[in-house]
Amino acid sequence: MISDGVVEDEEKWLSAGIAGLQQNAFHMHRALDSNNLKDALKYSAQMLSELRTSRLSPHKYYELYMRAFDELRKLEIFFKEETSRGCSIVELYELVQHAGNILPRLYLLCTVGSVYIKSKEAPAKDVLKDLVEMCRGIQHPLRGLFLRSYLSQVSRDKLPDIGSEYEGRDADTVMDAVEFVLQNFTEMNKLWVRMQHQGPAREKDKRGKERGELRDLVGKNLHVLSQIEGVDLEMYKETVLPRVLEQVVNCKDELAQYYLMDCIIQVFPDEYHLQTLETLLSACPQLQSSVDVETVLSRLMERLSNYAASGSEVLPEFFQVEAFAKLNNSIGKVIEAQENMPIAGVVTLYASLLTFTLQVHPDRLDYIDQILGACVKKLSGREKLNDSKATKQIVALLSAPLEKYKDIDTALNLSNYPRIMECLNDGTHKEMANVIVQNILKNKTCISTAEKVDALFELIKGLIRDLDGDTHDELDADFIEEQNSVARLIQILHSDDPEEMLKVIETVRKHILTGGRKRLPYTVPPLIFSSLKLVRRLEKQEESVSGDEASTTPKKIFQLVTQTIEALTSIPVPELALGLYLQCAEAANDCDLEPVAYEFFTQAYILYEEEITDSKTQVTSIHLIIGTLQRMHVFGVENRDALTHKATGYSAKLLKKPDQCRAVYACSHLFWLDDHDSIRDEERVLLCLKRALRIANAVQQMANATRGSSGSALLFIEILNKYLYFYEKGVSQITVESIQDLIKLIRNEMQGDASPSDPAADAFLASTLRYIQFQKDKGGAVGDKYMLITD
Amino acid sequence: MNYIIGAFKPACSITISLADGKSRKQVALKKENGKTVLIPVFHNQETISGKISIEPISGKKVEHNGIKIELLGQIEMYFDRGNFYDFTSLVRELDIPGEIYERKTFPFEFPTVEMPYETYNGANVRLRYVLKVSISRNYGGSIVEYQDFVVRNDSPPPSINNSIKMEVGIEDCLHIEFEYNKSKYHLKDVIVGKIYFLLVRIKIKNMDLEIRRRESTGSGTNTHVETETLAKFELMDGAPVREKVSPVTFSESIPVRLFLSPYELAPTYLNINNKFSVKYYLNLVLVDEEDRRYFKQQEITMYRLSETS
Repeated sequence: MISDGVVEDEEKWLSAGIAGLQQNAFHMHRALDSNNLKDALKYSAQMLSELRTSRLSPHKYYELYMRAFDELRKLEIFFKEETSRGCSIVELYELVQHAGNILPRLYLLCTVGSVYIKSKEAPAKDVLKDLVEMCRGIQHPLRGLFLRSYLSQVSRDKLPDIGSEYEGRDADTVMDAVEFVLQNFTEMNKLWVRMQHQGPAREKDKRGKERGELRDLVGKNLHVLSQIEGVDLEMYKETVLPRVLEQVVNCKDELAQYYLMDCIIQVFPDEYHLQTLETLLSACPQLQSSVDVETVLSRLMERLSNYAASGSEVLPEFFQVEAFAKLNNSIGKVIEAQENMPIAGVVTLYASLLTFTLQVHPDRLDYIDQILGACVKKLSGREKLNDSKATKQIVALLSAPLEKYKDIDTALNLSNYPRIMECLNDGTHKEMANVIVQNILKNKTCISTAEKVDALFELIKGLIRDLDGDTHDELDADFIEEQNSVARLIQILHSDDPEEMLKVIETVRKHILTGGRKRLPYTVPPLIFSSLKLVRRLEKQEESVSGDEASTTPKKIFQLVTQTIEALTSIPVPELALGLYLQCAEAANDCDLEPVAYEFFTQAYILYEEEITDSKTQVTSIHLIIGTLQRMHVFGVENRDALTHKATGYSAKLLKKPDQCRAVYACSHLFWLDDHDSIRDEERVLLCLKRALRIANAVQQMANATRGSSGSALLFIEILNKYLYFYEKGVSQITVESIQDLIKLIRNEMQGDASPSDPAADAFLASTLRYIQFQKDKGGAVGDKYMLITD
Repeated sequence: MNYIIGAFKPACSITISLADGKSRKQVALKKENGKTVLIPVFHNQETISGKISIEPISGKKVEHNGIKIELLGQIEMYFDRGNFYDFTSLVRELDIPGEIYERKTFPFEFPTVEMPYETYNGANVRLRYVLKVSISRNYGGSIVEYQDFVVRNDSPPPSINNSIKMEVGIEDCLHIEFEYNKSKYHLKDVIVGKIYFLLVRIKIKNMDLEIRRRESTGSGTNTHVETETLAKFELMDGAPVREKVSPVTFSESIPVRLFLSPYELAPTYLNINNKFSVKYYLNLVLVDEEDRRYFKQQEITMYRLSETS
């Protein structure tokens, strides 16, 4: 309510001010039209008196000022005409100074001053000097700022700059221009800063805000400075920068220091910054401790980085001025000077420096390590970081080298890299680890030594194992995503040297085994596959380079693998372990290591018997077993018998009949291997199929009994397909008759009244029959065989 | 009717014309009735000469006991109205007693008249010069005609003209230093100076420079002092804030540039004929937010610089 009232009052005052201004402007216009200088001066002074108000906020005051500004333009034109009519500009310059009130007087003086410079009756520098000096009379911050802003506005195209028509005759004409702008800048900044300290303390925030609105008035001077042609590097270095910095440092005002430093950085050219780094940086530790120096420095480094990126031809400049050393040194000093700088700030600084270094000195890993080291020094010895801003910056800091080099190798060479990771809290550590992993995956970086792998896994341990206090059990999508990434990472590790590769595997194993039950199901499989890949590679090599005295033998690897899989047993993921065992068995098979393969199978069977209780899992597992076993050729008769026997046994013991049936007919393949003459047991093939038929029959009967209708003929059709398969393979026990009988049986089943219509079964049968027909049509040996089958 | 009016009309008209009346410089002077008239200007020790012409009204004769012209320098105190002190009184007899029938002209001359004082119109005192022509008669009273003139005395630029420098303040509240470039100014001069703020702990709203005229009349216990502010010139809006006096940092300075020409000033008069004196002061006034005034007054000497030089 109170503030509403203030705003309303302000509106009122503003409109009163505007009304007064317009009224006097009207009289002024009439005086101008009738060339009445005396009245023109009188009314313009009265008009400008409206600007003497103290009641308006900067925003509203600006509105009033702009109106006055427009009027002053007209007055300026009039003054100019007046001088061409013979009125002496010098007289005019004196005349306006007769005004009793200082503010109108100075506005008029600036206006006439502008005409004075244009007339060139006096050197621009003298007039400017006088104007800027006279403006000291306005010490009221708001009014002073606007007056000086007006001065800056009317003078900016009249500076005695090199190449300007107002250029002075003496050598240091630019100096005069610079001096003028600098002085105006200094005074404006003083006023601006003073604003903060005037008025009641409770409105401090409001004043801060209002000052924020005015900052561009001050900053504009720096812009003008940067536009002066004559300000070359030398002058910038010797005069402009030291003077500006002196003011910035001495004003001891947080808002001003931050804004102006930023202004300097943005307004002047990059190469100037580079050549004056030392000066610019030396100002930073002198700023108020509440100033956000880190942002300032970051912006500077960002600019320099961009500059460095603009072309390689500028890089020598950087080397020449030892930009890195200076920046690094200065950052150290700033951090030292500002004791209570938030850690986020510190990290931001280092992150910026790092970006800069990567851009300018991509080859200097030592620099980068140095930066990280400094960062570690700052971070260590305190609690792990929980500040979200800081952690974000750290992630940026750590990601930068990865992005630059696209190669984790480089990061692993940085001794301080892991030490920073140590300082992170668990969440961030994990996040960072993720970034690293993603980076590796994206760039397909190949990490090929155990040592590096060890370092890497140490680095990403946040993903590899539970860090203290982080034991919640739910597996959210993020977690799964992370672990999948780790799995991919494991896959990507590769060394051409098998021995080294084994070491890599061992190292990985060491790390992932600490991962706990949540992670193992994700991390073990890739490791196993990676190991098996090595096994296969070894095998190939052995073929080519036989007799190689290798310490890395498949056996050794299998031992390792066994131990690894065993780790899974503590977690109830038997089906996974079973699958892995079978994979291993197959690999062992390829290596002709019968005992090993047998052992793997045994393990798989044990798991099947003891751990896998879910009937659905059983079904999939038994099919896996059968499939794998079918491909095994390493086993001797006995071993094979034992294993096949067990497998068929398991098949028959499945809970659901259709599952039984399918498992059993699958078992038939165990006794018939196309490419192994030794494994061709026709009898047992038939036995299996018949058994399957029996079970299928039983299924139908059960269906009749329980539901009053026979079930689908699907099982029969499936069995028919097996018959056809073996028939085609030439299993003599499978006779044409048996096939024909089966077809007939199926037809009966499907045509029976009680049988429900089953489109899938119909289609299946139809395509089976089509296949038979197809084979017949094809002719040849197989076709001849099929010709025997008649419906 | 005409006759009656004619009876109260002066019997003749008197015209005083100065020898170089056309070419002599004139200044505007405000008369008591509010009208401004142009009046010739003389310097000290100038010769004042001219002609008096007396013209009786249409054929009447004027009988008189003698015609004279006086040059009077008078000081008039307002609180002692009606009393003129003539500090200069010169007389020239123009005609012996007789009769005038027709227009008659008398030349006159006051060679190198001592007119040490300037014409002055103050708050309580007036100093004037006048030429007085009187035709004394036996009856009908004397016929008198006045011609005012102004005396202005240029002075050479002072050989010594020091600047005014002073440090003033209120302990722990305000500490300023000011400097005016001269202590003696001519009437069209410019006061240039600087005000240095060394310590400001009061909330200054603005700062003015005033020109004050102090006119003191009479003497002894009978002295009247009248002070007038002739100019009020704002020097500063707001105030520089300076918490501590630090020897290292340079103080804030506010420039002073005051053109004197727009103001109606006269030279400083020290003891005019033991009757009055007029002095000028520069008064620096600081006004705080509660409208309290803090000021420091400094005397300056005004002098009239020859306009040709």
